[in-house]
Amino acid sequence: MSFRTDRQRAVGLGAAKSGPEHHWHMITSSIALLILIPLFVLSFGNALGGTYEEVLATYSRPYPSIIAGLTLVVGLIHFKNGAQVLIEDYVGGLKRKFTIIAVNMMSYTLIAAGLFGLVKLAL
Amino acid sequence: MVQLTLPKNSKITTGKTWPKPEGATNVRKFQIYRYNPDAGKNPSVDTYFVDMDKCGPMVLDALIKIKNEIDATLTFRRSCREGICGSCAMNIDGINTLACIYGMDEIKGDVKIYPLPHMPVVKDLIPDLTHFYAQHASIMPWLETKTNKPAKEWRQSIDDRKKLDGLYECVMCACCSTSCPSYWWNGDKYLGPAALLHAYRWIIDSRDEATGERLDELEDPFKLYRCHTIMNCSKTCPKGLNPAKAIASIKGMMLERAH
Repeated sequence: MSFRTDRQRAVGLGAAKSGPEHHWHMITSSIALLILIPLFVLSFGNALGGTYEEVLATYSRPYPSIIAGLTLVVGLIHFKNGAQVLIEDYVGGLKRKFTIIAVNMMSYTLIAAGLFGLVKLAL
Repeated sequence: MVQLTLPKNSKITTGKTWPKPEGATNVRKFQIYRYNPDAGKNPSVDTYFVDMDKCGPMVLDALIKIKNEIDATLTFRRSCREGICGSCAMNIDGINTLACIYGMDEIKGDVKIYPLPHMPVVKDLIPDLTHFYAQHASIMPWLETKTNKPAKEWRQSIDDRKKLDGLYECVMCACCSTSCPSYWWNGDKYLGPAALLHAYRWIIDSRDEATGERLDELEDPFKLYRCHTIMNCSKTCPKGLNPAKAIASIKGMMLERAH
């Protein structure tokens, strides 16, 4: 049995003094993706269906590889931030913390692996 | 946290069907959620038939008629019967609204009435709003000043007063907060549209001198940022207010002071 007052329950541990940064990053990455995704689709579309040599030649040029790299980094950071909100919404307790850590690790691993692949193609 | 199915003891069963009024030609069927914690039974949906020729036009008129003439145990809150007190907020035909200003002509088919969703039920159509009211109290819904009290009154320009329009009219009926999925899943921490609309009402008040402190108290991933602009709040508000816009304005002010 708990004798906490209703007001105490409503206030809880108080405000975490965070949130605006996350909100700002979501806004800026959304705007960046709005520009990057059409550029990526166009540049990737040119290489799609080509032979290995043709794809290699496309991604050896700075424009397609930089656009692909930026889309990968910004897209996965946007995904990481979005997935964190999603997890906070639907998962509780210790599971929430572990799931957020797992999604963060996965996002950074995918960024690193993707950039490594792009660099290999480009150089 | 998210809960997609009702607990076993909250699953709704079919309840009693009350007899049709004798000699009535214009009869409407009402399906109303019933729950009595003292009975130790699951909630049920009772069926009532109301003679519409002898009933007022609003859903609350029918509820009062049922309580007076058919089943005196039916329990619901009501007071002003003109959309000012917010007492008769309930889920009618799938929409959170005030029974007193919701016309039965707006509903097609049977009239289905449930308590406000995702709140503990005290009895029948009465939700427990204790936490909701405590959250409202937590945003300090009063004028906070530091300057010495003026001799006559705190003055406000006409333009500044206009900024409170669309905010001060909120009657705290809880229709918006209980229509918000974010409030369903994280209502223990998320303040919900009603409390945040009131918070903005005081943040934007030109006479208030605690704007920074108020924003500080809201700067939290759960208290404020659980709002995902779903907009159910603005769609359902029986007073036609726009809590989603108020929340967006608070988020804008947060960014303004951070960047």
